[in-house]
Amino acid sequence: MTIATIDTVRPKLVRGRGGGGPASTRTVVAYGFWIFLLSDFILFAGLFAAYAVLSGNTAGGPTGAELFNLRSVFIETMCLLFSSYACGLGALSAERRRVDHFYISAVFTFALGAAFLFIEISEFAGMVSRGAGPSRSAFLSAFFTLVGTHGAHVTLGLIWFIYMVAQVAVKGLRPHVLRRLLCFSLFWHALDIVWVGVFTLVYLMGVQ
Amino acid sequence: MDGEDRLLDDRTPGVEHEESMANFLSYTAGLGLAVLLTIASFVVAQTNLLWPPGIPVGLVVLAFAQIGVHLVFFLHIGSGPDHTNNVLALAFGVLIVFLVIAGSIWIIANLNANMMEMPASLPR
Repeated sequence: MTIATIDTVRPKLVRGRGGGGPASTRTVVAYGFWIFLLSDFILFAGLFAAYAVLSGNTAGGPTGAELFNLRSVFIETMCLLFSSYACGLGALSAERRRVDHFYISAVFTFALGAAFLFIEISEFAGMVSRGAGPSRSAFLSAFFTLVGTHGAHVTLGLIWFIYMVAQVAVKGLRPHVLRRLLCFSLFWHALDIVWVGVFTLVYLMGVQ
Repeated sequence: MDGEDRLLDDRTPGVEHEESMANFLSYTAGLGLAVLLTIASFVVAQTNLLWPPGIPVGLVVLAFAQIGVHLVFFLHIGSGPDHTNNVLALAFGVLIVFLVIAGSIWIIANLNANMMEMPASLPR
């Protein structure tokens, strides 16, 4: 579409610029949720800044290079990425009113998300049992706060997702259920974006 | 909603107004690119493919590329006029994230450089 077309249409058609009345509920809900996600990115920015500042302060304790296992981080990353992909396809099937396809995608979304969380929790448990818990050094405090906050988001997301699948099962694919699914799918993709920052800054740069 | 009206409707992140097949292909293309970029990041970090002092810069570039892939192919953020609000909100978010991260590192590195050495005899 060119600029000229916009100028010649009737003003009432130009939505979002005061011409076409209020936007649809779906647009308003998703835009509001987008603003929330951006504020969540700002929360993570604070934690990333704290980690970047404190990552060298190991207080004689273990460093990242001694603690991190890049093979399991790679598997974690792939789990979260494919979970995000399955979630996107699930939202697409829901839009097309294909409940069967939605349930198949939902199984993959949940299983891969849970696998991510399982690997992360066993990594944390292994570190704590080796005496590298959050109280060992400033580096480890910042590490557990940043990665743990992301893990807490994933945990809440999984609980929210069970709740969403139950809503689809009980209420069906009504417009308000679809809007909530859209919000969940945005949340899940946003967590994957934060994870890109985590594995780059914490793990890949931590082993250098 | 008729065609012309639909074209001018506002868009939100996560919603694509095209054919569902195009949508499926967009997700799959995004997945492929993200997997490639992730593998590239892990390879760069563990080998000497890049000049070693340049590895962190290479990793940051790969991470930004992957975040861009996620935004375009998974969240469907576009550059058209119907995406103005979403892109403006994103730009504001990026500004604040940059201020928080760059500002913290800058200020705290300065404070750290001006800090007096703490004698080992003092209680901590």
